[in-house]
Amino acid sequence: MSDMVEKKKEVPTSSAPGSQLAVGAAVEVPSYMPRRTLGQMLRGELGFVPVLLTLLVIMAYFYFDSGGIFLKAENISNLAGQIPVIGILGLGVIMVLLLGEIDLSIAVVSTLCAVIMAVLSERAGAPAWVAIMAALLSGALIGFINGFFIAVLRVPSFIVTLAGSIGYAGLLLYLLQGQATLIISNSFILAIAGTFLPNTLSIILAALVVLLYAAGLIFNYVRRKRAGLRTASVLWLIAQVVIVAVLVEGVVIVLNNYVGVPYPTAIFFGLIAVFWLIMTKTRFGRHVYAVGGSSEAARRAGISVVGIRIACFTLCSTLAAVGGILAASRGLSVASQIPPTLLLNAIAAAVIGGVSLFGGHGSVWAIVLGVLIIGSLENGLALRSAPTEVTLMVEGVVLLIAVTADALIRRAQMRTGR
Amino acid sequence: MAENTTPAVGDMTSPPPEQPPGGEPRLRMRGISKSFGAVRALFEVDFEVYAGEVVGLVGDNGAGKSTLIKVISGVGPADEGEVLLEGQKVSIPNPQTANRLGIETVYQDLALCDNLDVVANLFLGREERSFLRSLDEIDMEKQTLNVLHTLDVKIPSTRSVVATLSGGQRQSVAVAKSILRQAKVVLLDEPTAALGVVQTRQVLHLIRRLRDQGLAVVVISHNLADIFEVVDRVIVLRLGRRVGTFDIKTTTPEQIVASITGAEFGELMATKGDDTTNSASGGQSNE
Repeated sequence: MSDMVEKKKEVPTSSAPGSQLAVGAAVEVPSYMPRRTLGQMLRGELGFVPVLLTLLVIMAYFYFDSGGIFLKAENISNLAGQIPVIGILGLGVIMVLLLGEIDLSIAVVSTLCAVIMAVLSERAGAPAWVAIMAALLSGALIGFINGFFIAVLRVPSFIVTLAGSIGYAGLLLYLLQGQATLIISNSFILAIAGTFLPNTLSIILAALVVLLYAAGLIFNYVRRKRAGLRTASVLWLIAQVVIVAVLVEGVVIVLNNYVGVPYPTAIFFGLIAVFWLIMTKTRFGRHVYAVGGSSEAARRAGISVVGIRIACFTLCSTLAAVGGILAASRGLSVASQIPPTLLLNAIAAAVIGGVSLFGGHGSVWAIVLGVLIIGSLENGLALRSAPTEVTLMVEGVVLLIAVTADALIRRAQMRTGR
Repeated sequence: MAENTTPAVGDMTSPPPEQPPGGEPRLRMRGISKSFGAVRALFEVDFEVYAGEVVGLVGDNGAGKSTLIKVISGVGPADEGEVLLEGQKVSIPNPQTANRLGIETVYQDLALCDNLDVVANLFLGREERSFLRSLDEIDMEKQTLNVLHTLDVKIPSTRSVVATLSGGQRQSVAVAKSILRQAKVVLLDEPTAALGVVQTRQVLHLIRRLRDQGLAVVVISHNLADIFEVVDRVIVLRLGRRVGTFDIKTTTPEQIVASITGAEFGELMATKGDDTTNSASGGQSNE
């Protein structure tokens, strides 16, 4: 009962609005933070640092190795064209990884949906938007079916999506009716990947994004100040805006130096922004993280765990369809051959970026770093005309390192307890 | 949030509000029986807890504590018996109903999402929303600060991820969650198990704060030291029956241990009703 003594010091707070600050100060005591281990910091807000360093090392290596070609606008533009397909599939993978699940069918589903689009537009003569909508809906339906088996019938996602990938590969061959390659001639579909944003428009769009971001930050800062809540320092606020502005405008300017920002790249970053908003600002996103962290706690909180799981798998397969459409548009055709490295590259990009395989941890922005590492490796090794076997082996090692880091960090955290 | 922090808590010397104030208990259960096949887990158990009171529910393993808690929390409804909440007859067929009625259970495993911060955990499943149905983080954070202040809880930050908090802080977050939901009755299942000395103190302090908020609090614990420190009344279960009720001010731990183990019963048998001193003194009121 001696702890009653300390209570007496407490000043009874008035209910005036300013008292919120006093309440905050009474509750939030920074010294109550237990000593944090490196593992915990790396799992938390510093998780991206090792990944960023890895990316910089890889880029620096290829820069010197290729005699400067690697960072030329021409090659960056090339890279920017390569990453969206893997990136968008990886974004879908993140949705299921956050639940602690996996989807092994994304590469097949993305190819299947592209084939559905191509068959409809080329063979059946459907208008492009009908064909594209059909592809997206097929993706959504496939994801829903995956989700149903996984969430309702509780079949492991590993098996459901593996079975799905085999079955859908068969369906794909059936739709192509023995044709190895179906050339796409629909100009609208080809225009998706073949067009670049006009220079001025891309600069304006980028500026708009930065402005919106800054406005959001400042609005939030002012509201928190007014509510008497803790705020980050103004300096940090400015730093955030400056970093984002330099990154966004810098990339756009570099790309504009060559041919401009490719549509797929803009679509990729647009999707990331949308998913970032969904995952951090909405109830749905919050619940996805909750289910990934502890599905039992989520269930007890009244969250429909089944609904969240089905939704995530549906989103994952729909994004796979988007990626497939872009790939078909970029490749000017669809083929019965499923890109052999697409599946693993997409999963690798998500995991390398720092999304935990065990669920509940990771931001959608992780996909940018992950896909840049994968893309840089492929691109850099291609520049020095390394054979495929070398590329595959290097990627395998990088993926293994990323997954090992994830597992080690997790174990370090378990060992130190909370 | 209520600002009535200082008066009742400041001194423990003044008697706590006289418990059975003659009024209607916040929660009363009558004649609760429950069987699992041939095993009778509870037999005609009565139970009551008043507002502003902490009741300790004790008993040996298999005495029926968990079964009784499951009846109250709606996880395992009773076969027979009636439940009255503030005098109104209610039925609690499932946990959702219990929550809706204002009965909150804080389980041993706490049911927190380790990967989310304190605010997200407190509002999980009932997030406040504002502009374009986006999460109203500021409002939620304010409410979080207020409820934690009411409970006199200290944490590094409301944005700390729960995994980084200590055991006592986690327990506090779990309890704060029930307060936010306007609980009338809070059940705490082994709240101090697996906690260190300091953290146990924090949680006991927390339980007192709950009582001072006018809640009816039920604590299940094996730790008699904790029970004696925080509880107003102890209800003892043995082999599915309620065998004793003790006012903590007039009871010794030995009496409660005797009641839990049935030693007193055994001695009575041994002495064949000799007029020994051991029959319950003071606070015991046999059922």
